[in-house]
Amino acid sequence: MTHMPTALGLTASLAAALTAAAGAAHADDMKMEKCYGIALAGQNDCAAGAGTTCAGTSKVDYDGAHWKYVPAGTCVTMKTPTGMGSLEPMKS
Amino acid sequence: MHSHPDLIGAFRDGLVTSTLPPGSAADPAEIDRRFGVYRNNVAHSLTEALAARFPVVKALVGDDFFRATARLFIAQHGPKTPILMLWGDEFPGFLRSFPPAAGLPYLADVARLEYARGLAYHAADTPPLTAEALALAAAGADTARLALHPSVQLLRARHAFVTIWAAHQPGAATSEIDPSQEEIALVLRNRHLDVEVWRMTRAESLFIASLVKTGHLLGAAGAARVVDPRFDPTHLILRLSAAGALISRETTDV
Repeated sequence: MTHMPTALGLTASLAAALTAAAGAAHADDMKMEKCYGIALAGQNDCAAGAGTTCAGTSKVDYDGAHWKYVPAGTCVTMKTPTGMGSLEPMKS
Repeated sequence: MHSHPDLIGAFRDGLVTSTLPPGSAADPAEIDRRFGVYRNNVAHSLTEALAARFPVVKALVGDDFFRATARLFIAQHGPKTPILMLWGDEFPGFLRSFPPAAGLPYLADVARLEYARGLAYHAADTPPLTAEALALAAAGADTARLALHPSVQLLRARHAFVTIWAAHQPGAATSEIDPSQEEIALVLRNRHLDVEVWRMTRAESLFIASLVKTGHLLGAAGAARVVDPRFDPTHLILRLSAAGALISRETTDV
């Protein structure tokens, strides 16, 4: 029984939210228009054109055993209290 | 002579290893040089595809690191189907156990978020509840049941992956980030086919999780109140409805 007021209050706020959503949806239905064929570049096609080089790098350039790169992206510019970004000396 | 499937298999292996497919009588050095063109084109196009799918991961580690990482990932976890949208699901796990990235413990979680965004983008279309259906649900709010759009995904991480991701969106202001902050993300595709990422409170995430499970609005709101007695579902319901994420249960029960 102690849950009654809570449940009633929740039902009331759910009803209010759904009513407001119905009002907004009605307005949305009016101005809705669908736009097809606008897939993001790179998500639906494979980039085999621009930038492809036929120079032929037959060697495996980056061997996991001889890893030489360190993350050098924005992780070093993110402001963090712990200074997470500065990992290792960057290449000079 | 080699059978066709064997040859194709050897050719594919050769694309990510230094082993040449057998069967050619020409000068091996010449073959190796020419085959390198294939290797390079495959590696390059897949690296570009991975970069398109994980732009924030790329921004976080930088171009050189990303390209080098992509090479290894492609060799170990190449696409299993020609459908590129399904490729990359193993990238978060790969990053998590990738020693050179150990200094960025949040990287795998950012990758999870970016992969989820891709899934949301390609999720099935389902029409949102109409104004009439919502009004009907309002009239029976205590028993109303509904479903969420197939693009809706809930992700939880031990790191501030939503904040880090958001900080890398165009126009985002630089601010102090504590990466060790636990966060919950809701990913969905809205009415205008844009993929959105929302940061959820624990109560909100329980509301969503319960709604996905049972479809029962009142039950879901009650579940959220267990962790936050002052939880009010109004704002979240309006937001979900505005995004077109509230759908009929019949649409999903098929």
